Amino acid sequence: MDLALTPEHQAFADEVRDFARQNLSPATREKTFSGKHYDKADHVEWQKALGRKGWLPYTWPKKYGGPGWDVTRRFLFENVLAEEGAPRIIPFGVKMVGPVIYTFGTDEQKERFLPGIRSSEVAWCQGYSEPGAGSDLANLRTRAVREGDHYIVNGQKTWTSFAHWADWIFCLVRTNPDAKPQEGISFLLIDMKTPGVSVRPIIMTDGAHHVNDVFLDNVKVPVANRIGKEGEGWTCAKFLLANERLGIAEVPASKRGVRSLRDIARTEPQDGRTLADDPAFVAQIADIDLQVQALEMSELRALSTMALGGAPGPEVSTLKIRGSEIQQRIAELTMEAVGEYAQPYQPGMLFHDTNETPIGPDHAVPAAPRYFNMRKTSIYGGSNEIQKNIVSKMVLGL
Amino acid sequence: MDLSLSDEQKQLQDAAERFVRDKYAFENRRKIAATEKGWLPENWAQMAELGWLGMSFKEEDGGYGGGPIETMIVMEQFGKGLVLEPFLPTVVLGGGMIAAVGSAAQKEALLAPMIEGKKQFAFAWLERQSRYNLADVSLKATKEGSGWSLSGHKGVVYNAASADQIIVLARTAGSAREEKGLTLFVVDGNAKGLSRRDYPTQDSLRASELTFDKVSVGADAVLGTVDGAFPVAEDAVDRAIVALCAEATGCMDAVNAATLEYIKTRKQFGVPIGKFQVLQHRMVDCFTNAQEARSMTLMASLKIEDKDPVVRHKAASGAKVQIGKSGKFCGQSAVQMHGGMGVTDELSVSHYFKRLTMIDLMFGTQQHHLTRYSNLAMAA
Amino acid sequence: MDLAFTAEEQKFADEVRAFVKANLPADVRDKVKNGKHLGRDDYMRWQQALGKKGWLVYTWPKKYGGPGFTPAQRYIFENVCAEEYAPGIIPFGTKMVGPVIYTFGSEEQKQKYLPAIRESTVWWCQGYSEPGSGSDLASLRTKAEKQGDHYIVNGSKTWNTMGHWADWIFCLVRTDSKAKPQEGISFLLIDMKTPGITVKPIIMADGGHEVNEVFFDNVKVPVANLVGKENEGWTCAKFLLANERLGIAAVPQSKRGVEALKDIARAEQDNGKPLIENPGFAEKIADLEIQVTALEFTELRVLSQMAQGGQPGPEVSGLKIRGSEIQQRITELTMEAVGEYAAPYLPGLLWHGSNEEPVGPEYAHLAAPRYFNTRKTTIYGGSNEIQKGIISKMVLGL
Repeated sequence: MDLALTPEHQAFADEVRDFARQNLSPATREKTFSGKHYDKADHVEWQKALGRKGWLPYTWPKKYGGPGWDVTRRFLFENVLAEEGAPRIIPFGVKMVGPVIYTFGTDEQKERFLPGIRSSEVAWCQGYSEPGAGSDLANLRTRAVREGDHYIVNGQKTWTSFAHWADWIFCLVRTNPDAKPQEGISFLLIDMKTPGVSVRPIIMTDGAHHVNDVFLDNVKVPVANRIGKEGEGWTCAKFLLANERLGIAEVPASKRGVRSLRDIARTEPQDGRTLADDPAFVAQIADIDLQVQALEMSELRALSTMALGGAPGPEVSTLKIRGSEIQQRIAELTMEAVGEYAQPYQPGMLFHDTNETPIGPDHAVPAAPRYFNMRKTSIYGGSNEIQKNIVSKMVLGL
Repeated sequence: MDLSLSDEQKQLQDAAERFVRDKYAFENRRKIAATEKGWLPENWAQMAELGWLGMSFKEEDGGYGGGPIETMIVMEQFGKGLVLEPFLPTVVLGGGMIAAVGSAAQKEALLAPMIEGKKQFAFAWLERQSRYNLADVSLKATKEGSGWSLSGHKGVVYNAASADQIIVLARTAGSAREEKGLTLFVVDGNAKGLSRRDYPTQDSLRASELTFDKVSVGADAVLGTVDGAFPVAEDAVDRAIVALCAEATGCMDAVNAATLEYIKTRKQFGVPIGKFQVLQHRMVDCFTNAQEARSMTLMASLKIEDKDPVVRHKAASGAKVQIGKSGKFCGQSAVQMHGGMGVTDELSVSHYFKRLTMIDLMFGTQQHHLTRYSNLAMAA
Repeated sequence: MDLAFTAEEQKFADEVRAFVKANLPADVRDKVKNGKHLGRDDYMRWQQALGKKGWLVYTWPKKYGGPGFTPAQRYIFENVCAEEYAPGIIPFGTKMVGPVIYTFGSEEQKQKYLPAIRESTVWWCQGYSEPGSGSDLASLRTKAEKQGDHYIVNGSKTWNTMGHWADWIFCLVRTDSKAKPQEGISFLLIDMKTPGITVKPIIMADGGHEVNEVFFDNVKVPVANLVGKENEGWTCAKFLLANERLGIAAVPQSKRGVEALKDIARAEQDNGKPLIENPGFAEKIADLEIQVTALEFTELRVLSQMAQGGQPGPEVSGLKIRGSEIQQRITELTMEAVGEYAAPYLPGLLWHGSNEEPVGPEYAHLAAPRYFNTRKTTIYGGSNEIQKGIISKMVLGL
């Protein structure tokens, strides 16, 4: 056992850092550190740079155009980018539909879709949840009826992140209403420009527009856009969920969050000194810091199992649970560090790059909105209650 | 010992409940929040007519002889509706300080019209560096002839844009953070040299940053004694804290009721999600938290006029700790149990959550008041 | 609304205080004050003194020989007794079986049993839980078969508190094994001296003996000892549970516990100063004190409803939940206050009042055993999970 990096890995980390410093725009970097919202161009510009370098699909094997990194390199890549203030890679193409396509798709589908994902030329979104099918995903009702070499799709998807930016959506649809809930589901790729697809924003509690309702009204989708066999979409869905749970702990972002929380505490005034001089507050930071460290070691242990050829088990669900709770706690402490100045609502500064001077310190602008927004992390991707059920059933045998 | 409401108090509770039901349906509130002032003059007039603006003041001050229990009763109902009218800054803070230390002339000029609904106030205490230390005041008031000249900055001043008068906590002597040497001034909202930057808050209220550039006021603008304002402001803030606690209990009741209704009707896996034990127990914990919050609010309302200042301060801080804890628990749980719907702007639940969150930040977080309570208990 | 006591209430409080000072044996007071264990005789001496005054059954109505206190008087009585270091009244006779007998019993039963309960000449214990029925009480299996004018009882009861000191036991037994679980149960009073009863101690985590298993081997019980009708024992059980929950919050004892904790924190040293001057520790005590205040005012609100003729609803289960958690927190903080000196285990001093010299301060050896022992409070009388189940069903309608 050894926690230290080998010289090769150290050199790799330096290379990633150099790359980030040369290719990440200062404006985007600034948004990361001040907690402001990115626009689409911020994401695309950065992801295209990664794509040119061949690093965007950093978890993919070489065979499909990924760098074929070992788990240590993946870990370093994620951590260095987070430290350098890079935006999170939008997962829908690279981490979700991409692996589904190269695992279950035909050669034609691989050739057609993977290059656009690797280069970030094509933006993807995910059509899973429906108004009546949230935690109980298998209850979905969006219908796809076969007519010749097309499906006619009708229904509604919801909580679709970035649908308003997306070129394509991957959807779970019901192709056989008579089968059991988890059977009779198929995995379809749909061009967002197809007639009958419409997007309606859902405004979040902090005023942000990230998620949408997507309505599908007699949308004609070629049968060639189905991944895997008809009625076997649930296999893709399960594969994708397992794939997703590991990175969702967001440890690198939380490490960055703790650092910036300490920075904020050092600048926030209190009784003629700073909040960093308040033992009760710094003890709370220490507590969350230790939680992040425990989470990171758990993730490293899971990665180490994978490096030895093991598959991540359902116990990685606990990473998602703790990861979301930790992200929420960091946001909460950051808001409390700001105090009364968390109260002004400043949407201009928050969403639109306006030049107005902030009310209170710059870091105060996103403090409360971020706290509100982060409540979603214990809900999405399978709520924490669902994750605990998974652990209870699959790990503990209850 | 008797903890029951009198008949008059029960009537007041009914009237406040009716007001909220009639005026503060959720979509209605959204419209009120979007108006220019952020509150409705007709609602304010109705509050005056119902006697709510004067109910907690003594009869010799033109009030109706009630007290903190009456304030608790209406604030709790306001919490249920997320009422936007500036009752707290005008009546509890502004009116409260004028009633406590105002001269006869000030009471006549300010308190009487406030009770009639014709004047509104704001209380400017916070500065960028103050955090929750009421004595950390650097806005300076210097002698200017028989009057005073005020210069400096105040932040997150609720209702400043609508206020006819702003009550300003200023330093007239002493060094930074010294409790002695603070003075309260009544400044006209449109005084020369006073500039404002107005904005909405996270929970749809209105506040402002204020800059005082040599604002001149007369000697009669001093509220209370020169250099002796600290205990007056401290008591006013304690009363405001207790009123906020009552508002928070109303928020918690409403958000718990909405969540309970949701988990009874929302179906997943073929059953209402309220059939899952993990949600049942969390709902019970919400219910218990709201009960404790109500208990502490009642305790603080009963003790906030105690003769002993330590009892008053401990009561306010103790209640604020509980409200911070319970409000966080109920708000976060409501969002979680509503799932994705809980984080949208669309349902009332996120608005209660935001208000409960902001109440924790106002006049000191749970942690701040735990420290204050602990220090007071140590000193006693 | 008024928090202050009326002149009569104040006078009553003075009377109670004078009575306790005059009648509580000094050695018993000393044991309670120092958190030492009490023997049967310690309880009996105090309870018999209360019995002579007519106050032992302080919750009973006048009709059955109680003092008919108002809710405010009950509150005062409980608080003054706790402040004066009186031991808690053993509830099995006065708060449990007594009210069951005067509510459901025959005239003969009232005359036979109530006087000894009022005077504390008979020690009662409770036979509810069984090895296979804890939280699920209705699944109990101890059988009572009618033979002429007797029942023949076979089975075992567990978690029987202080049964080794008891003269009588009240039991739930199954009289009809074919009925639904909650039907077919009867409420029986059994003399502990009856042949066929054996009591086996259960040693707790702290090394103490306060609970037992009780075995019934062909125990002959007169039918006259049946309270209420045969097969309607569940009604008595439910009544008893509702009756029990209010006082179980133990607020006066917790108030006393917080004061004792403060005394210890003043005596313990930390960096050359009393521990109570450590802000981190002082804040933990403050937090606890606030929790106790919240619980007390919740109880006062319930009492105030009762004073106006209302009945305490199932929401008083909330008092049991919070009350038990608070009791646990007090013992936990007390142990933390003691630090390393909580480690020495001194059973002689702890259980047998030996004269050996304590290791460290005298209160130290009690701290950890109390902490271990108090874990029971969230389990007994219906675990907190069961209490939440009750609220969820009865109050929230889930």
